[in-house]
Amino acid sequence: MLSSIRSILSFFVGLAAVTIAAATESPRGIISSAILAEPEARKIELITSLAGESDASIPVLLNAWKADELFLYEAAPGNPVPVQLIGDKDATDTQAALRVANGLPLTSVATGLPLRLIAADLTAVEHTSALRRAMKAVLDLLDLAAPDLTKRLQAIQTIGFAQDVEKIPALEKRLGLETDPKARRALQEALAVTRLKAADPATQLRALAELKELHSLSSYDLIRATMRDAAKAGQPAVAEAARVVLKTIDDHKGTINFFGTIFRGISLGSILLIVAIGLAITFGLMGVINMAHGEMIAIGAYTTYLVENIFGTGITIPCFGFSLAIPGIHATGWFYQSYFLFALPLSFLAAALVGVGLERSVIRFLYRRPLESLLATWGVSLLLQQFLKLMFGSNNVQVSSPVYLSGNWTVNDIIFGWNRVFVIGFAGLIVLGVWLVLTKTSLGLLIRAVMQNRNMASCMGVRTERVNMLTFGLGSGLAGLAGAFISQIGNVGPSLGQNYIVDCFMTVVVGGVGNLFGTVISAFGIGLVDQSLQQILLNPVVGKIVVLVGIILFLQWRPAGIFVTRSRNLDD
Amino acid sequence: MTKPPSLSAPTGLSVRHRWEIGVGVAAALFFLVVFPLLNAHGMVSNFTINLWGKYLCYALLAISVDLLWGYTGLLSLGQALFFSLGGYMGGMYLMRMIGELGQYHKPIPDFLVFLGWTELPRFWEPFTSFPFALTMVFLLPGVLALVFGFLAFRSRIKGVYFSILTQALTYGASLMFFRNDMLMGGNNGFTDFKFVVGYDLRQASTQRGLFIITSAVLLLVYTSLRLLSHTKFGLVQRAIRDGENRVLFSGYATAHFKLFIFVVAALIASVAGALYVPQVGIINPSEMDPRKSLEAVVWCAVGGRGTLIGPILGAIGVNALQSWATVGKTAEYWLVILGSLFVFFVLCLPGGIVSLPAQIAGLWRKLTAKSEPSASEPPAKSS
Repeated sequence: MLSSIRSILSFFVGLAAVTIAAATESPRGIISSAILAEPEARKIELITSLAGESDASIPVLLNAWKADELFLYEAAPGNPVPVQLIGDKDATDTQAALRVANGLPLTSVATGLPLRLIAADLTAVEHTSALRRAMKAVLDLLDLAAPDLTKRLQAIQTIGFAQDVEKIPALEKRLGLETDPKARRALQEALAVTRLKAADPATQLRALAELKELHSLSSYDLIRATMRDAAKAGQPAVAEAARVVLKTIDDHKGTINFFGTIFRGISLGSILLIVAIGLAITFGLMGVINMAHGEMIAIGAYTTYLVENIFGTGITIPCFGFSLAIPGIHATGWFYQSYFLFALPLSFLAAALVGVGLERSVIRFLYRRPLESLLATWGVSLLLQQFLKLMFGSNNVQVSSPVYLSGNWTVNDIIFGWNRVFVIGFAGLIVLGVWLVLTKTSLGLLIRAVMQNRNMASCMGVRTERVNMLTFGLGSGLAGLAGAFISQIGNVGPSLGQNYIVDCFMTVVVGGVGNLFGTVISAFGIGLVDQSLQQILLNPVVGKIVVLVGIILFLQWRPAGIFVTRSRNLDD
Repeated sequence: MTKPPSLSAPTGLSVRHRWEIGVGVAAALFFLVVFPLLNAHGMVSNFTINLWGKYLCYALLAISVDLLWGYTGLLSLGQALFFSLGGYMGGMYLMRMIGELGQYHKPIPDFLVFLGWTELPRFWEPFTSFPFALTMVFLLPGVLALVFGFLAFRSRIKGVYFSILTQALTYGASLMFFRNDMLMGGNNGFTDFKFVVGYDLRQASTQRGLFIITSAVLLLVYTSLRLLSHTKFGLVQRAIRDGENRVLFSGYATAHFKLFIFVVAALIASVAGALYVPQVGIINPSEMDPRKSLEAVVWCAVGGRGTLIGPILGAIGVNALQSWATVGKTAEYWLVILGSLFVFFVLCLPGGIVSLPAQIAGLWRKLTAKSEPSASEPPAKSS
């Protein structure tokens, strides 16, 4: 009987011990005991033991401590409880109180209700400068162990740039624990940069060698500062080493810029190619100046916008003053993300239909009058713009691009954005598709026959009118595809097409009318030149103007573009 | 490509010419004398005369388009550029004339103060002088047209390529003028003008004076081009439009002819711009939008290209329509109206309004004498 009571008692005692142990192990518990601990050395020891922890309560409590918001509440004499006063003061200056040890509200022993305390009645927890230093060290290192990678990287960088030699042990400790390669690299960089401040030249030289190995771009200015300091302090070896590192980093930067510019140039060229390839067919092959080409792009973009919203929660559009509600199918997850695959063919079809309508109603009367087809299609472009404005409102709409388009690959510090990679792939697919249609299908054969010699094709029984219609439809459909694609990388608005029309014509004219391959070359050429000029002139607008002037001068030299379609006809 | 031209060489004063001179003198009297007088006596509001001043500037711009497109077969989409350049040159003078009356009460234009300048940039200084500004109105667009035209015509760029290149030129220039570093007012351009050669622009009498000058310039341009089109030069010009290679092989340096016309058209547009700015009170890079050039082409197409009266009628008509339609409920349909006008005139009435009487007369003849197959020919030329 007695033993059983004893065992029950010992069980309870054990339970209590476990609870206490748990309380002392949690960061809150440690802070609570640090507040109560004596002497100061013990407090500092307890606080320093928090270094490397990432609990969210640590910054809150330590900052509160520094800001005199932690108090000692004596529920019973000789038994102080650390509490944190939070919230606004009410009329009688009372505030809500939380126990530091567990973060729960302090309750009255008598009633069990939460207590409200007056700050002036309590003793604030004291802090000396040594304590504050210890706290700051803990706070600084806190983010080094943050579970979120970007936050961690940022913290590592901040600490590295501070170049505080005292942080070296903490960084070394963290480097031993870190598993992520990016964070490891950042830690190595931070360590090396910090070691630059070391008093001993051998450590500095080692750090410089390490930075050289890492091609550390971000520490460029700090290395330069080291070089100056070393030169002043009369350590030519360190200064020379720093100069070599700077040179290496400069070279590395040059390489990155070079490849980055080429990559951006190719991706800009791909955009030009995608928007211009439809025009290369309608203008290049058929000779129709379609100023409404930009609006075909806009139609494709708006189709994508509609499809995206139908896959989502539906949409209400101000269709000619009647609010037209289109229900959505509330797709989620990967099915929703795949809306783009459905939008592509629909955009092609929508723009192709409008194109065929345009060809039948306007353009077929103007095949022999190219200047007038320019004017009439410009009128049509105004009509279509206004139509889109009335249909979808005059504000820009946002098409959310699928998650798989954000993010990037970083190879040797060169950033390859996935959206740009996607652009290039998309352009490649479209060119391949157009080439297949033109060379491997019977429609392509007819198109080429009619464009080469309309009368002869007609004599051979080709229905040239129908081929015209289909060719124009194909060109417009390609513009629609371009629109679907543009919607992924920018805003969609009624005047979207106007931004691209001049570029489109330039690309086709430079490439040589009637030559698809020429359009491909000229698109990439213009893209690369544009990006290189931006890199050199550091101003996108001036770069663009220079490109335009360059094109005008280029056409002086080769009036028919890069690839000339040879003809004996003087008036061609 | 275009309608067969009237190649009838001038042979004395026919009935038609007498009619034309009569109508011309009447219109000139009306715009130069009667309209300003009515305004001075309060029977025509200041707003109306200002509006008509604007229309007449647009008419000048339309004539410059027509000179290139209707008479020479060159569809230039760069006329808005020359128009704005003229406007900017005039605008720079007007900006200098504001003096210290601007928002910041500094001796330099407000936007320069805003950009952090404390003294006038070098190239602005001479624009304080009116003769210099006037010279620049002619010189800058003229030289630009000369250089661009020389390059374009030398390498025989024609047809739609010429249109696209002039459009690119305009687009590039507008990008340039949108930049603040250009020190030409950025996208706000120039506005808030106060004085021109000592006259207060805010006074009705000054605006009336500007209207009279605009009318006089229009009359002068019209008359000289009318005379020019009756010379051998005018014939060559139209021959280039209808068969450039034949003209070339007949021993004419077509490039020189085209270059001359291009420069003259640029100057007309530039003068129109310089007259436009003090009357409208603002110039900014949106005037250089390629769309503005195309609008001028619409005026020309609506009025009737290949004639001199057509562009004037078209510019006044379309702009009057725009002023009427862009107020109130129909405002958002203006683009629809403009677009439809364009499609309609290109498809159904390529000769514009001017050809309407001839078309109706032709239709009438067709109805009355169905047996004659040649009745559908436009008869207006012979009368």
